[in-house]
Amino acid sequence: MQPGRRQSTAQDVDDEREARTLARGDDRSARRIVETQLVGGVAHGFERKGHLVGVRLDKLRSSATAAIAEVRDGDTLMVGGFGDAGVPFALLDALVERGVKDLTVIANNCGTGERGLAALFRHRMVLRVFASFPAQPGNHHFAESYRSGQTELVLVPQGTLVERIRAAGAGLGGVLTPTGVGTLVAEGKDVIVVDDRPYLLEKPLHADVALVKAHVADASGNLRYRLSSRNFNPIMATAARLTIAEVESLVELGALDPDDVHTPGVYVDRMFVSGGASGG
Amino acid sequence: MAGKLVADLPDRSLVNLGIGLPTLVAGLLPPGGQILLHSENGIIGLGPPAPPHAIDPDLVDAGKTPVTLVPGAAIVDHAASFALIRGGRLDIAVLGALQVSASGDLANWRVAGEKLGSVGGAMDIAVGARRVFVMMRHLDKEGRPKLVRACTYPLTAQRCVDRVYSDLAVIDITDEGFAVREMAPGLTQEELRDATDAPLRFVSQDGKSALLTD
Amino acid sequence: MSGAERPTLSRAQIAACVAASLQDGWYVNVGIGMPTLVPNHLPPAVEIVIHSENGILGVGPTPAPEMADPDLVNAGRELVTLLPGASLFSHLESFAMIRGGHLDVAILGGYQVSEGGDLANWTVKGAELGNPGGAMDLAVGAKRVFVMMEHVTRDGALKIVRACDYPLTGIACVTTIFTDVAVIDVTPAGLVLREVAPGWDPAAVQAITEPRLLVPAPPRTIGG
Repeated sequence: MQPGRRQSTAQDVDDEREARTLARGDDRSARRIVETQLVGGVAHGFERKGHLVGVRLDKLRSSATAAIAEVRDGDTLMVGGFGDAGVPFALLDALVERGVKDLTVIANNCGTGERGLAALFRHRMVLRVFASFPAQPGNHHFAESYRSGQTELVLVPQGTLVERIRAAGAGLGGVLTPTGVGTLVAEGKDVIVVDDRPYLLEKPLHADVALVKAHVADASGNLRYRLSSRNFNPIMATAARLTIAEVESLVELGALDPDDVHTPGVYVDRMFVSGGASGG
Repeated sequence: MAGKLVADLPDRSLVNLGIGLPTLVAGLLPPGGQILLHSENGIIGLGPPAPPHAIDPDLVDAGKTPVTLVPGAAIVDHAASFALIRGGRLDIAVLGALQVSASGDLANWRVAGEKLGSVGGAMDIAVGARRVFVMMRHLDKEGRPKLVRACTYPLTAQRCVDRVYSDLAVIDITDEGFAVREMAPGLTQEELRDATDAPLRFVSQDGKSALLTD
Repeated sequence: MSGAERPTLSRAQIAACVAASLQDGWYVNVGIGMPTLVPNHLPPAVEIVIHSENGILGVGPTPAPEMADPDLVNAGRELVTLLPGASLFSHLESFAMIRGGHLDVAILGGYQVSEGGDLANWTVKGAELGNPGGAMDLAVGAKRVFVMMEHVTRDGALKIVRACDYPLTGIACVTTIFTDVAVIDVTPAGLVLREVAPGWDPAAVQAITEPRLLVPAPPRTIGG
């Protein structure tokens, strides 16, 4: 979601709403307003019991296939996860089944074995990948796709990768980092000296779609992650035009303590409840 | 090697152990000690590897090995984890190396001539940690020295290594290049120089310089 | 001449006017002062999520005094509550959300708005101190900026000007101006008069507006 332009007309607004309600597939279509009975604890001091309206609830999709319906050929896709922890496997499976192609993928690793990102490489779906750690044991599908010339690799140090993604989601024009100064990573980049210390100017990395994996969500799209499955997911969720979340379980509005929300629902556009544990 | 390194870790430090050889260090940390382990994927308070019956797929370390947490551990996202690294909160990082130069340059992510390599968090850690200890074999698989005047492999970072723990010696990187603090028992200075492709200074344990050799 | 002979809208009426321009499901930042009245006037079918720059999404109504929680305040340091589905986060995340274009609209006060949509609202001219607070980030980051203000100052000085001479909050950032006499859109072609308060007409509004107003169609009457 890029900062919109100031002079919006009624047509702009309609276009935007149109864009937000693309291809809904086999699920509920109308936007619904939820009426919720307030209960003391969640009310945080609000005295009146009665019907109060929560946030909009049109984010749920009934299948992984429906959740990824808006991904298009040629899209730039961020995929959360570190190793297998926090990887949205169900969403990736659905992508492979649909046969999307010509993707640019942004992820820490390039997958191992047969599932997940490895399957995307096996099926020749990826033209270019930004990664920090592509060469893992068991990554034969990535390695094959890379050596055959099908996939171009852009190697980005892990800390730089996460900061470029964060900058995009945060509306920053770039970040200055000392990482990579004097190495191959510095090629073609501006070096900016601050207080006698050189830094590389690293630009924001945006995506069309972010696929993230969370442990718990509520119906408004608030997400909470579990242990080291958090990793890139919260940052990627902010940096794409469309964020699709695979969540293990869904709780009712108000059941997720606001202090425990790791990704506020404003960042989440589509959700699929996998009902599974991590790793599948 | 690992034992010597562990002995040099100050109490109450936050330490990041790279993957591979350095993880041997984890198993040698004294129990009840005050050393806190950080893992680049967002764990502060890494515990021992998970026993086979208690593997949690949501809990892995930087090498993707299932692990446990110590009481009082915290999990943060990747941005926060690398902010911690880059922002100087890591007291010590222990990394592996392909080469280390006499000026402290580190090469550990790709072999020269190979097209593919993986950086992971190594560049950030090398640049951000307050002190970088390298743990490595003194010679590579072909018997060539890994301590060199200048790295020929692609660099991870410049002038970042503070000390090398090899199977032959413990060596500091100083303004005057490599300074040998300790040698493996039975090893002669001659043998060590033959295994090293850069000048060596031999200092006694109290840091005073002995003969300036080579 | 400040239009004193014609009735002007009350603050509540301006708030209702702004509220009528909000869309169902929008994420809205409500600044301090007059903008905080807006959520009280939402049309029945319109539900919004209120963002507070100090790290809240889903701000609810003011609590009853005995239920107030000192850990739960908004950007104006007023005690608030949370609605179901609310979330809390750090200042870093809050401003990333703002700057990254994730909020549909920011509703701000204003000292001056220029013909090109520049906004001045953080300090008066000649003052020693000022408080940008989050205003500059909101001005640059929100998808739309609605400014709520009186059309002229108490002393009759015009607030919609060719060029601001108060220190700027942001340039070319305002989408729509809501005043006690009119609703004006900022467009590439210039300021467009969309609505007027009852008893006002384009000529009367123009008389208290420095840049020339475009009137492509007869303006609606506010509240009419």
